[in-house]
Amino acid sequence: MSGVERIQQVFANLKAKKQAAFMPYHAMGYPTRQRSLEVVQALAESGADLFEIGIPHSDPLADGPVVQAATDAAIRGGTTVADCLAMMGELRAAGVQQPFCAMSYYNPILAYGEERFAQDAAAAGVDGLIVPDLPPGESMKLEPACREAGIATIYFLAPTSTEARIRSVAAHATGFIYMVSVTGITGERSQLPSDLVDFIQRVRRHTSLPLAVGFGIGNRAQAAQVAGIADGVIVGSALVRAAGSADGVAAVRQLGTELAAGAHG
Amino acid sequence: MTQIQKPARVNYRALPDENGRFGPYGGKYVPETLMPALDELEEAYLQARHDPDFMAELGRLQRTYVGRPTALTYARRLSEHLGGAQIYLKREDLAHSGAHKINNALGQALLMKRKMGKTRIVAETGAGQHGVATATAAALLGIECVVYMGTVDMARQQPNVFRMRLLGTEVRGVESGSKTLKDAINEAIRDWVTNVRTTHYLLGSALGPHPYPAMVRDFQSVIGQEALVQMQDGEIGPGRLPDVIVACVGGGSNAIGAFHPFLEYENVRLIGVEAGGHGIESGEHAARFADPELGRLGVLQGTMSYVMQDSDGQIALTHSISAGLDYASVGPEHAWLRDLERAEYTYCTDEQALEGFKALCHLEGIIPALESAHAIGHVLELAPTLPKDQVILVNLSGRGDKDLGTVMSVLGEEL
Ligand SMILES: Cc1ncc(COP(=O)(O)O)c(C=O)c1O
Repeated sequence: MSGVERIQQVFANLKAKKQAAFMPYHAMGYPTRQRSLEVVQALAESGADLFEIGIPHSDPLADGPVVQAATDAAIRGGTTVADCLAMMGELRAAGVQQPFCAMSYYNPILAYGEERFAQDAAAAGVDGLIVPDLPPGESMKLEPACREAGIATIYFLAPTSTEARIRSVAAHATGFIYMVSVTGITGERSQLPSDLVDFIQRVRRHTSLPLAVGFGIGNRAQAAQVAGIADGVIVGSALVRAAGSADGVAAVRQLGTELAAGAHG
Repeated sequence: MTQIQKPARVNYRALPDENGRFGPYGGKYVPETLMPALDELEEAYLQARHDPDFMAELGRLQRTYVGRPTALTYARRLSEHLGGAQIYLKREDLAHSGAHKINNALGQALLMKRKMGKTRIVAETGAGQHGVATATAAALLGIECVVYMGTVDMARQQPNVFRMRLLGTEVRGVESGSKTLKDAINEAIRDWVTNVRTTHYLLGSALGPHPYPAMVRDFQSVIGQEALVQMQDGEIGPGRLPDVIVACVGGGSNAIGAFHPFLEYENVRLIGVEAGGHGIESGEHAARFADPELGRLGVLQGTMSYVMQDSDGQIALTHSISAGLDYASVGPEHAWLRDLERAEYTYCTDEQALEGFKALCHLEGIIPALESAHAIGHVLELAPTLPKDQVILVNLSGRGDKDLGTVMSVLGEEL
């Protein structure tokens, strides 16, 4: 089965149960290599349906302070692109089944070599790819390379997106569409924006792809709220912050269980 | 003396294309949230360029507020001292607020005010000159303004921090990464993504996603347009075109502004001078074109160009004595002109820049910005190799008041 199909299947299974997907993010190499593997495993056991696996970049311009600090620490700890792929391979070997969507910025992938990256990523068990600074119009090489390797190309839409942008993203995206809940960067918010329902409906008219909402979600209540209107709930900063705390893995396990309960209803 | 001009082989002015590309360089590598803002900006800009009222208002501000045209100065003593080519200086240091940066800042601020219905400006600054220029334009036009600046740069460009605050701008220190220009741009972009509905990002160099490289170039081209006329005027200039134009290259705005109107005069050599820092071998520099190991094709902050990076695609730390040249990437049009061999790029170390700085102070009574001193540093080498009837035009991008602290800490004992 290709990565695209594995992602489709996860959303189809959940839809049959009238549930939204719980989609946690974690940055590889944070707080340490070993701990980051344990964090993903803990989340896999606490109800995660699909992972976003962060490959650190030195200049994460779409990320807020929590993810910035984590990916920065990971790079200082020696985390490389190749090692992130190796870690995903190790997680697969350890029995983690959920789809992996690798999330990075364009430059590390460009430096690695776009075609080589797509092939190596697929071999390591990557099912989808998310690159915040690579909108569809600029993904001339990486998108075909991902298609070739069976990897889903996941693009973003934002509350500012025009109808034309929505159509273009809908035409290029596979797997799901990443709906940015707010104009802004990653990080927890005390309240989700009131126009989220409108935004989702606007996009819904153009695509039957699953719509997963991210940016700003940090607790069970918010996860449940989003699950009521979208197909997936993406949580990053809150989990990364938990992973960095004294008893990180246990904290992640607890928060992950709550968020999964919120998403699954 | 007249010069025979070859017709241009390439239409250098056709680019960027509709995708914002200069050959393989340029583009729009930004988060989706910003894509509509870039489209809107491009539309507003194209409209403004063809709007005679807008252009007239900008022209009037340039004359009555910025002090344009800036002077062309024959550097007689420097030329005699070096014993080779005749050296002329395009005096952007005399522009209001002390550098060429005002040309772009005023252009964009006016564009926002007249064409875009936004109310707030964010900007980044390295040397503080772009920040001061933006704060100046914001004060003049009554616009709320926030400037992001790395804390390392705040320390080495203190006077400019005070200037911005006096002008009513809020300066926010950036503690992430190398705490210099690159990190200030990241923070400005994060602010922009968050407040994009009300806020215009007033980017300060010929960098970033389309349409910035083209728009900033066009606002800065006033430098080259004036120089083209002044050089040919026998009363203030040599009465002919220069043989060589030299400009420092940080992001590349003063250089592209000086070069662009001369592109089709193919007998005019164009030389961009990057920051050689402690020397290429040291790895501590910002000479993106000169170091094949660190400077490679990449994408940073919205544009594809040469980027200083490690083998894993992480952006490398750069070093320059001048904050304004201390940046890991370079404007995409420069990368393109270099591929076409229409422009050449070289570098000048911290030490050579200081020599240029001292020479201009002693021989011409002009205290240059450390950025501009890189262009002079290269001229110290170049001029003696050229015959006396050749002419070099140097774009003196800014004045050095902001750098006195840095220079005093280096040259303190000499003085
Ligand atoms: C006086 C001066 N010259 C040059 C530069 C470098 O920028 P650019 O390459 O865009 O002209 C700066 C940047 O701060 C500056 O202040």
